[in-house]
Amino acid sequence: MADRDEWMRGGPAPHNPQGTPAPQRHVPPPPPAGPLPGLRADEGLRASGVPKGGVPGAGRLLRWRGIGRLDGGLVPQARLSGPTPWVIAIMVALTVIAAAMGLVLRHIAAEAAAELTGGVTIQILDASPSGRQTQAEAALRVLRAQAGVGQARQVPQAEVDRLIAPWLGADTMADRGDQDIVPVPALIDVRLEGAVDAPRLNTLRAALQQVAPAARVDAQSDWLGPVFGAIESLQWLAAAVVALLALALAAAAVLATRTALGAHRATIEVVHLMGGTDSQIARIFERSIGWDAAIGGLLGFGFAVGVTLFLGRAFAALGAGWLAVGALQWNDWLVLTLVPIAAAVITMLTARLSVIAALRKIL
Amino acid sequence: MSGPGGAPAYGEIAQFENVGLRYGPDREVLADVAFTLFSGSFYFLTGASGAGKSSLLRMLYLAQRPTRGAIRLFGQDAITLPREGLPGLRRRIGVVFQDCRLVPHLSAFDNVALPLRVAGVPEKDIARPVADMLEWVGLADRMADKPASLSGGEQQRVGIARAVIGRPELLVADEPTGNVDPDMAIKLLRLFEALNRLGTTVVVATHDVHLLKKVPDSLIMRLDRGRLSDPTGALRYPPRRSGVAPAGGPHGG
Ligand SMILES: Nc1ncnc2c1ncn2[C@@H]1O[C@H](COP(=O)(O)OP(=O)(O)O)[C@@H](O)[C@H]1O
Ligand SMILES: [Mg+2]
Repeated sequence: MADRDEWMRGGPAPHNPQGTPAPQRHVPPPPPAGPLPGLRADEGLRASGVPKGGVPGAGRLLRWRGIGRLDGGLVPQARLSGPTPWVIAIMVALTVIAAAMGLVLRHIAAEAAAELTGGVTIQILDASPSGRQTQAEAALRVLRAQAGVGQARQVPQAEVDRLIAPWLGADTMADRGDQDIVPVPALIDVRLEGAVDAPRLNTLRAALQQVAPAARVDAQSDWLGPVFGAIESLQWLAAAVVALLALALAAAAVLATRTALGAHRATIEVVHLMGGTDSQIARIFERSIGWDAAIGGLLGFGFAVGVTLFLGRAFAALGAGWLAVGALQWNDWLVLTLVPIAAAVITMLTARLSVIAALRKIL
Repeated sequence: MSGPGGAPAYGEIAQFENVGLRYGPDREVLADVAFTLFSGSFYFLTGASGAGKSSLLRMLYLAQRPTRGAIRLFGQDAITLPREGLPGLRRRIGVVFQDCRLVPHLSAFDNVALPLRVAGVPEKDIARPVADMLEWVGLADRMADKPASLSGGEQQRVGIARAVIGRPELLVADEPTGNVDPDMAIKLLRLFEALNRLGTTVVVATHDVHLLKKVPDSLIMRLDRGRLSDPTGALRYPPRRSGVAPAGGPHGG
């Protein structure tokens, strides 16, 4: 009992025999060194000891931190049995796939644009293979003499055949006499220095008129213009899908947080009433949904990477040059890993804001 | 309560002036409530069910704002205090609820530890006081148990331990004995008395008038349909207890 007497002397409310009003306390007393009030054995409850040790004074400086070990336990985590990680996983997977497509399209567009600027295709249409070849060679000579022509190359017949074979069948190409079964044009690939415009094309046409009357001169960008337009639209589509998915993710976070807030309303109120700050309570939910976002993000990202790699391999197997050009680079993968990270940030921020908004309503 | 060491009673801990509360557009649930709580005293708040006891206490422990009037707590104006200031005041108040409101998935130990963790007490300084506190309420052997496996009286004792672990200056209990048998009710009341003897100001709301007699030195606040009556005048002119005059004289009303 010596302990208790000591506590009484050192307690927060000193005995005041003079009867003078003590000053009002604005600052709580420091934690008493002695034990908490002990219950006498005759007071009914089975209690032997008296609490000892430093119990903190109330009203101590609020610290900007979580509720220690309890953060995990205060709001039980549904983990993968709850819907939230799966919703986030699906969102992240779709976002990553959409973003990957956008990046691939961007590469294709950029690469193709670089390739096609200054690109001119000359087709020499002549029923007789030998006449075609003579004209092609003459055209090449003229082209190489022209000013502003960087490079001129005849596409080898084998390559042209290979390009056409899938459409016309290898048999059609196989039989080569002086007369083709199907006349295939000779192709000359010309690279001009600088961009192609109508006057330059006309100059080329005029120059070729005498040596190769069967020549057709086209800017490559002309007939690929609509393709570029389509690629650009697809890029915008990909960007819009990514933006919409980010919004949907934030909405999902709001819903998940609201559900959690509803389910744990009593706990929140109790913690709130024992002096938990908005930040402390928000952090509990932030962490909880952050975990969901981390797991969901990982699952979704893994799935999306699988799909992207699979598709990339499938298109690469087609041997189509542009798709190989569109292959994702390491920095693209870096951008894609930002998606699950951004998803976690979005969900945690949304959770924080909605918890704080809800707390403000209950005073 | 005047304990052997002398009950500390040296100031106003809470002060209501002209307080009114309405929940909707209806009539006021509480009207013209005025009283002063003096440090170290033991108060009963009585009144029929629906008289507004819980509403009054909710304003006292800062869960509810009044629609009019002034509330001062620990010398601070609780109405104009910015929101960020409220947690600091709340940490000086312990609350015991009729329905305990223990966190269902936390053990008795973790429930009692909650206020300390909220206050940012390091883990190493938590185990001992919490264990001691649970022992004090006679639950040393139930520390690891979840609330669902405790009886009503045991749950309420965990609730009391949780309310006082942070050593609040003001302990507010709303019908703490409502869900326990009369025997346990008396025992719980003894816990409040013991705390009061050591300096904690205690306010217990109850509609059970038999309880009032069990604490001889208690002051009684009676609510009747939203109006506070002061049958003994003790609220406005508290008896000089422990030779201490209330600072500032009569208040409210
Ligand atoms: N949250 C609330 N919303 C609307 N009315 C309420 C609310 N809480 C209490 N009331 C009403 O206020 C009156 C007083 O209730 P309460 O304070 O709980 O009384 P007591 O605790 O004395 O039984 C009752 O008529 C009750 O219906
Ligand atoms: Mg009530």
